[in-house]
Amino acid sequence: MITLSHYLVLSAVLFAIGLVGVYRRKNLLMLLFSTEILLNAANVGFAAISKFYGDLTGQMFAFFIVAVAASEVAVGLGLMIVWYKRRGTLDIDSMQSMHG
Amino acid sequence: MFEAIAFYTFSAITIVMFWITVTSKNALYAMSALAAGMIMISGFFFLLDADFLGVVQIIVYTGAVMALYAFGMMFFDTTRDVKERVRAPKLVFLLSGMTALVLVIALVAPILGDHIEALYPMKEGIENPQAVGVVLFTKYLVPFEVAAVMLLVAMIAGIVLAGKKMDESLTLKVEDEFTQKGAQ
Repeated sequence: MITLSHYLVLSAVLFAIGLVGVYRRKNLLMLLFSTEILLNAANVGFAAISKFYGDLTGQMFAFFIVAVAASEVAVGLGLMIVWYKRRGTLDIDSMQSMHG
Repeated sequence: MFEAIAFYTFSAITIVMFWITVTSKNALYAMSALAAGMIMISGFFFLLDADFLGVVQIIVYTGAVMALYAFGMMFFDTTRDVKERVRAPKLVFLLSGMTALVLVIALVAPILGDHIEALYPMKEGIENPQAVGVVLFTKYLVPFEVAAVMLLVAMIAGIVLAGKKMDESLTLKVEDEFTQKGAQ
């Protein structure tokens, strides 16, 4: 029998995988992939809560997360194309113009 | 029984696919694995009786987002392997593992959720897309419209940023680029 905890643990595992990607990726494109994984992990959690408490609010929030992810990809890819045209690389280490 | 089989199959495939995404050196492999993982995530939504969300997941993620990535990757050199210099690989896994552990402990702990009442309860005999439509267009109408405006803004930003001449913006020039242009 699959309970709410199964889904929540799965969601946590997927979130941790995305976190590994965010920590260790140095390429902007790969970093954007990892953020997609993070958002999807949250979506699984929302849908599971929605089912096991019989409430539609979780699914509503999942829809808005999908919308946010779509617009994030559009803007992020545009910015990455501009950066690649100017610098010829997507490495994060090349973005230290402020020497922070 | 079938639910358990489906759950474990889907979770195994999803975890493997997402792990390939975060570790692969090839951008194309990473993107394909991410698309496969997204499809498998939609399987969970169908298991959870969220039919409409599953369909939206397939259409938006594997349809729109992945196509956008595929077109965006035409601008980049994706045939070469991605070179990455990871400073402290052990620290990465330590931090992520600790986060996963804390999250799992927090989620498996007995939830004090007896007082939670469903705000918009699912009714018997109503299909999921219909119920979603009723709640979305009554209780969540304003956020829905705001999301529409946000998508419009994102679309215009994407068009403008990927357009011509944006790489020659004067506001972000650095000194050597000025001298380089002057020398030409």
